[in-house]
Amino acid sequence: MIYSYFPGCTLKAKAQDLDTYGRKAAEALGVTLEEIPEWQCCGAVYQQATDEIATKLSSVRALNAAKEKGQPLVTICSACHHVIKRVNEDMKENEDMILRANNYLKFDEPYHGETEVIHYLEMLRDKIGFDKIKEAVVNPLKGKKIAAYYGCLLLRPSKVMQFDDPENPTIIEDFIKAIGAEPVVYPFRNECCGGYQTITDKDQSDRFANKVIDSAKMKGAEMIITACPLCLYNLKQNTRDIPVVYFTELLAEALGVKEQEG
Amino acid sequence: MNNEKALAEEVVSFSGTNPRNCMKCGKCSATCPTFEEMDLHPHEFVSYLASGRIEKLLQSKTIYKCLSCFACVERCPRGVEPSRLIEAVRDSVVGQKGADYLSPDRIPERLDPDLPQQAITAAFRKYKK
Ligand code: SF4
Ligand code: SF4
Repeated sequence: MIYSYFPGCTLKAKAQDLDTYGRKAAEALGVTLEEIPEWQCCGAVYQQATDEIATKLSSVRALNAAKEKGQPLVTICSACHHVIKRVNEDMKENEDMILRANNYLKFDEPYHGETEVIHYLEMLRDKIGFDKIKEAVVNPLKGKKIAAYYGCLLLRPSKVMQFDDPENPTIIEDFIKAIGAEPVVYPFRNECCGGYQTITDKDQSDRFANKVIDSAKMKGAEMIITACPLCLYNLKQNTRDIPVVYFTELLAEALGVKEQEG
Repeated sequence: MNNEKALAEEVVSFSGTNPRNCMKCGKCSATCPTFEEMDLHPHEFVSYLASGRIEKLLQSKTIYKCLSCFACVERCPRGVEPSRLIEAVRDSVVGQKGADYLSPDRIPERLDPDLPQQAITAAFRKYKK
């Protein structure tokens, strides 16, 4: 299987582990992630105003590049996924945006939201299947109690994201089971980590992150996993005694390809 | 129409949502993780704008406290999407000349070796035009 892939800026810089392990694990599962040529930053946040079009054009370019290759577009970073998925929705139904974006970008054929946007976790669940992953695991992480941290961006608004049940998601817990570990369910797994507030009011993001960490620890978690570089940062800033890691790192470890060159 | 009302209408028009669909249940504020940090709360943004009032919202620190976590969007039973209104008010404030909430001068003091690029990009998109 070959999919188009949008890594995004953070995965090329501070979150290289999220990217490297994600690619290695995909290869081990028989999937090649083909990076979109000359992709541009998604902008990190979806601009909600209806007259915001310029900030969404980079996503439309990536979406159209995948369309031209006839491939679904895979993302890993929660923020990139959120932005690209919502822009794609706009390109399906917001007539004004469809007209203006296409007039400006002038692709060979107008883009109308044809590309299927899938997060890496959705690729594992829906395209490969957690049962197949289970079979491919060589180092099951037996007995390890792992808390899934979803945060906001993958789940909400569920009308558009359609990732999982927004109040009681199971996809990351199912992933944890597939790699042989034990999921820990806790109340704050889909609450906000404080996000970009870390720049303007770090006290606030620290308070938010601590609620998440305390909640996970209270339920006996030994480790927290996430798909978002900013969630990882905010949580790590506030904890010394519980590791916070990217889900792709654990997947690569379970598949026995973590140390592989590549 | 007075100026306040006209501005309120304009902000509502590019917000992409209609505050008049609100049934005043208060769920948006009840679910907002930032409730305690705010001077005016999500349901108040909805109700002010529904009645053409915006002056107080322009002065509110809430516009810099909302995290775009979309909890209010997900849980509003009437599809009002209060975060859109808060963002539209913020856009109309930071869009004015010299009204950026975050200036690049403040970034160096916040840089640490682990800070992801995503955080800086997101903050600039939200707080600066
Ligand atoms: S949750 Fe929706 S209907 Fe209820 S007060 Fe808030 S905006 Fe109004
Ligand atoms: S999007 Fe903003 S207003 Fe809505 S719940 Fe989150 S922080 Fe509160």
